[in-house]
Order: sequence, then structure tokens, then C-alpha cells
Amino acid sequence: MTMQLARANGAMARPELLGLSPDRLFVVVSRLVALTLLVVTLSILSPHFLTWSNLINVVRHAAPLFLLSAGLTLVVLTAGIDLSVGAVLGLSGCIAASLITGGDPVLGIAAGLGAGLACGLVNGALVSYAGVPSFIATYGMMWIANGLAYVFMQGEVIYGLPAEFRLIGAGFLGPIPMPVLIMFGTLAALHVLLHRTPLGRGIYAIGGNPVAARLSGMPVHRRLVFVYAMSGLMASFAALVVVARTNAADVSLGEEQLLPAIAAVCLGGTSLFGGVGGVTGTAVGALILALVLNGMNLLGVNTFWQAGVLGFIILVSVFADQIVGGRIGRAGGAT
Amino acid sequence: MDQQTQPLVAMRGISKRYGGVQALADVNLDIYAGEVQALVGDNAAGKSTLIKILSGAVPRDSGAIHFDGREVDIGAPRDAKALGIETVYQDLALADNLDVASNIFLGRELTLNGPLRPFLDLRRMEEDARTLLSRLKINIPSIRQKVRSMSGGQRQSIAIARSVYFNARVVILDEPTAALGVEETRKVYDLVREMRSHGLAVLMISHNLNHVFEHSDRITVLKTGRLVGTRRVAETSRDEILRMIVSGEADPLPAAGQREAVS
Repeated sequence: MTMQLARANGAMARPELLGLSPDRLFVVVSRLVALTLLVVTLSILSPHFLTWSNLINVVRHAAPLFLLSAGLTLVVLTAGIDLSVGAVLGLSGCIAASLITGGDPVLGIAAGLGAGLACGLVNGALVSYAGVPSFIATYGMMWIANGLAYVFMQGEVIYGLPAEFRLIGAGFLGPIPMPVLIMFGTLAALHVLLHRTPLGRGIYAIGGNPVAARLSGMPVHRRLVFVYAMSGLMASFAALVVVARTNAADVSLGEEQLLPAIAAVCLGGTSLFGGVGGVTGTAVGALILALVLNGMNLLGVNTFWQAGVLGFIILVSVFADQIVGGRIGRAGGAT
Repeated sequence: MDQQTQPLVAMRGISKRYGGVQALADVNLDIYAGEVQALVGDNAAGKSTLIKILSGAVPRDSGAIHFDGREVDIGAPRDAKALGIETVYQDLALADNLDVASNIFLGRELTLNGPLRPFLDLRRMEEDARTLLSRLKINIPSIRQKVRSMSGGQRQSIAIARSVYFNARVVILDEPTAALGVEETRKVYDLVREMRSHGLAVLMISHNLNHVFEHSDRITVLKTGRLVGTRRVAETSRDEILRMIVSGEADPLPAAGQREAVS
């Protein structure tokens, strides 16, 4: 932004509520209203919606989606993108499932997470040290991870995982489903990371003004490697939860994971331009997506229509943010 | 500020080439504590490159930098900051999406003590930011406001305050008032005077010769990457400086100013 613009805008410094500028407040309120409306509407339309077993079903789908999109959120906050998250989920899930059913669950989990971390580290090194645009670097990684999954699986389908392992996707701790615990634990940890550590500050600063971040003397390269590594690691974490839930794995595991993950990030109000948003929004976004999908299934919406409905919702939410952000932002410089 | 023999910063024989362009050729520059040193010259004179080398944003091809009498290696912004050399860039180098306190502590966040050491000390950063701004008489409505919504003058003040907080010994200002109104400009120069009276060395790029003559102690003229000369404000005139900027030739020095000139 130019200084002239800043000066013109500065005259009308806007009041802030709860530490949020009006355009951010709109994002938060609109998502909470959407969530409430969804729950109320679905409760009225379907007698099966507000049942314990259905709600558990919803969170079991929301949790891995959240894990995947939370890692992606870190990348998006630095104004990057990670297109490889779905494929990395697939590769990690296949490796883990194969080793776990082979009789070594600890090795399987470690290898699965390690594969995700390795992919993320390569992405991070390419983006930060080699200067490859994140879109290109992670697009390449998407095909590499996908290809490796095919080579590794040789057309095999793995099913029937041990019950102890399945706990993380389908189990309970007391009355609380494990995926819920995992989701909220991860959310809390990432929230603290983003808002209470110098690293988190740095992630926002890099997304807001990469030049300022570099000139401030912070280790920008290492922080970029960190976010891509986290994105890969979170994708493999999500893979474990998905495999545990579905009790099966094959090369198609990672298909159709990328777009919902991006959707959850957008629905959660994180700007694809970087520097604005957070993982709490992404959790809400993942929950909204899971509810919409569940609702459409309950109401018998044709599967062919479901993807279109999702796309429509994403466009409406991002468009509304832009209109509101632009209208208020004209006074605040959200250009 | 009379007759300081030892400059705080001495840049010697600094050269920098960008591809086929010689941005700086064998330039010397001395900066003294408690003085404002202005850097003037036409476009492409090499002013920005010179300050970027001192602030660690750009590596030099050759030459040496002495700080406080000893040779130092400045290869990255962090090195300069560690020495107490702070830079306020023309484009401000603030993160618009963060609030005032976050920007003041950008890259040097304060953390809690003991086992909580990995975590930010948000309260202390806010308190210190508030104290700092009131000490410098900078008027900001809220320390939690995003920088994005602030005026150019407020943003410039925040950028300068940042350098003051970290006990800068040298503050580099790149066109500090280029985009500011009259009142805001006055406030920024109040800050410059404040820093000088605290014994800081200020190096300032400006295109406005009125400001330069009003607020600085020494003027160094560059042209197309070469040093034309350095004059004390008390011993030169606007005409002489203008001639140096335009012609790139230094007038023969008057006897009194001779020993001050760096050539």
C-alpha cells in the first residue's frame, strides 16, 4: 500500500471491537450465524440430525478435515499455498496402513508422519531457499507424492486395521469421541503457536509484508520451511485419523481431499493473500463443511449435486467477505 | 558537537555493482554521535544503496565498515541491529496486518521468563510500547490498532520509535518525510532532534535541501555512485551544495573547512 493511501485513510481510524476491525468482525459473526442456522435448519428438516450417533459422525468427518486444513492455514497465512496436502495425506496413509497391518503399529505411525514431514520439508526448502513459487513447488510435490503412493501400493487395498489403532479415528475417551479430542487439542496448540510465540507473530508478519519481515531481522527462510513442514506433518496426522476411521487404505485415499481443505480455510475467513485469519476460523470452516455434507446426505441430496453446492457456498462466503471487506476496507485500506 | 575526532561509524572504500551498473564506487562516509548527517544527491546517486549496505539489507562488493573504532562485518539486517544500527525505510517496513505493539517489536519480540520462555510477553510489550510512545510524545489512539488504518505520520513515528526502543546508536532515515504533511513533518523532525540530543548518530537521506539545512550538521553529496564531498552545514551554503549535486565537482575547500572534509 502506498503511503498516500495510508494517509488518506488514517484520518478516519476506525473503532475496533474485541480487537477486531469491522471487516474481521463480519467474518466472525457471519460464520457463527451460518453455523447456528445450519444446525437449526437441519434439526427441523431431519429428525435424524440431532442424534448422538449422527453428531459423532459429523465430528469424525470434521476432525481430519480440520487437521488437514489447519496445516494448510499456516501456509496460507504466509501468503503461500500447499497443493500437495491431499496427495501427502494419501501417501502417508498408505505407508502407515501397510506397516501397521504388517504388524508394527509404532513404526507405521512414525513412518506415516515421517513421510508427511519429509514432503513438507522439501516443499519448504523449495519455496524459501530455492525461491520456487509455492503454487509450483507444491503442485510438483502433489504429483510426486501421488506417484509414490501408486508405486508403494502396487494396486493393493489394505483393510482391517488393529482395534487399538482405530481408536484415534473411531474411539472414545469416556463419552468424548477421540477425533474431537484430537481436533480441539490441535486447535489449542496451533492457536497458542500462532498468537503467543515469536514464530506465530513471524508467520503473520511474513504474510502481511515479507520485506518488512526480512528487514526486521527475523529468520524468514527457516520460518517458511517450518510452515510447509507443519503442513506436511498435519496432512499425515490427518491421514492416520482417516485410515483409523475408514479402516482401509488405497491410493485413492488422498483424492478429493485438497479442495475441501482449501474450502475450509476460505470458509474460515483466512485470506489467501496472507497475513489475516487463523486456525480457529478454519475449525469453524471445517465444521460448516462437515455439517453441510452431512445435511445433504440426510436430506437425500443427489451426490452429483453435492460438489456443486459446496463450490457455491465457498464462492458466496469469499464474495461476501470481499464486498464487506472492500466497503469497510476502503476506509481501512484492505486492498 | 565540535571537533569529534573519532567517528562512530566510518565506511571506507565502499563499492557495489548491480550487473553492469556501478552503484557505488569507493565511497567513504563518517557518521558522528550526537550529529545529524544528511546524504544528498540526484536520483541514482547511490544514497539508498549506501544506507542499505550499512543496515545490512544489501551486501557490499568491497570496502570496510568501522564501528566505534573497530572493523565490523555487516552481512544481514540482524548484524546491523546487533551493533545498534537501526533503519527506518522509506516504505516503512511495517506489517500492516499487525498492531502497533507487534510492529515495534517485530523480529525482536519479548518473551516470558523461566519455563514459559518460548511464549510472548504480550503485556510487557504493550506496556513498553505505550511508555515509549508517550516518552517520544507520539500520539496513537490505541496500541492495539492495526497499523493499516494509521496515517503516514503515525506510521513513520512508529517506525522511528521502534529504533529508539532498542537503544539504537545510529538511526538511518530514508526520506523520513517524503509522504508527510507539514504538521507530520514537523513532528518527525522533533523526533530527530530528540534523538540527536540523546547522543544518537542520525543518518538521513533527503531531497529537500531546506530540511537538510535546517536539521542536519553535516551534508554528504553523492553523484552517480561517487562521493563528491562532505561539508559542515555551518561552513557551506545552499549554492555550494547545489553545485556539488549538479556538477559532481567539489569546490576548492575554504581553509577552515579543509580538515573536516572527507574525500
